[in-house]
Amino acid sequence: MTFRAAVITFPGSNCDRDMATALEAVSGQPALRVWHGDADLPDRLDLIALPGGFSYGDYLRSGAMAATSPIMHAVIAAAQRGVPVLGVCNGFQVLTEARMLPGALLRNAGQRFICRTVDLTVANTTSPFTAGFAPGEAIRVPVAHHDGNYYADAETLDRIESEGQVAFRYATGCNGSARDIAGVLSANGRVLGMMPHPERAIEPAAVNAMGGADGRRLFANILAAFASA
Amino acid sequence: MQARVLVRLKPGVLDPQGRAVHNALEGLGFAGVEDVRIGRLIELDLADGTDHHTIRAMCEKLLANTVIESFTIETGAAG
Repeated sequence: MTFRAAVITFPGSNCDRDMATALEAVSGQPALRVWHGDADLPDRLDLIALPGGFSYGDYLRSGAMAATSPIMHAVIAAAQRGVPVLGVCNGFQVLTEARMLPGALLRNAGQRFICRTVDLTVANTTSPFTAGFAPGEAIRVPVAHHDGNYYADAETLDRIESEGQVAFRYATGCNGSARDIAGVLSANGRVLGMMPHPERAIEPAAVNAMGGADGRRLFANILAAFASA
Repeated sequence: MQARVLVRLKPGVLDPQGRAVHNALEGLGFAGVEDVRIGRLIELDLADGTDHHTIRAMCEKLLANTVIESFTIETGAAG
């Protein structure tokens, strides 16, 4: 069985190629590319990735228009069948707007676009995306966003924390996110949204430069979960 | 018919844009500004007789994100 991943491209996505490159580098299989206007996904998928970018120019709210795209009906149906879904940056915003993940992403508290490599703390190690990390482990992954300030009401925050749905936290704050949340899992752990860009941190040779290689481990985790399924 | 949908951030949701505008107003010398919150006005031209329930559904499905925003709907004749 070969690993089959699909990367969705929305109008204004700009990290779709990076995502496909990362998936191919880690899995050895080319990622299938899917246009947002398609009604159907390729069959037998092992991962669906929603990339970063500025879909629809962030009209109305970041991710709001993309969440209404024809392909999202198929993405939601696939997620309900248990296909893992990874949304990075704008992809995370799309997942919250599609109500596939709790909460919302607001404008950064400092009003500024933040583009740098940040320290994250791994908060969940039981999902297909995070099982290869150690609890509380520190990893470094780049962020590049204007609307990454995670918000949910206190009751929702308490619930997702107690249910293990917080995947990653910013180690030293970043954008004003509630409880420093950088990545959130669905209740069944099969959908992950995160603002940091693991697909920009896949080259071991870049360990001392911008990015590093910790993002590669997230993709390796997905592969390991696929291999053991 | 026309509908005007006013979308606001819910109380307690941080509004960095509003804060920046607040600071700018003070920088221009306007005294007595206690808070600034920025919302969005959406004007809809609709077929006559579109019912309130339908407009409400538009707001809940797309025009507002009810996790962070509230909305009010005003309807009237076009003009």
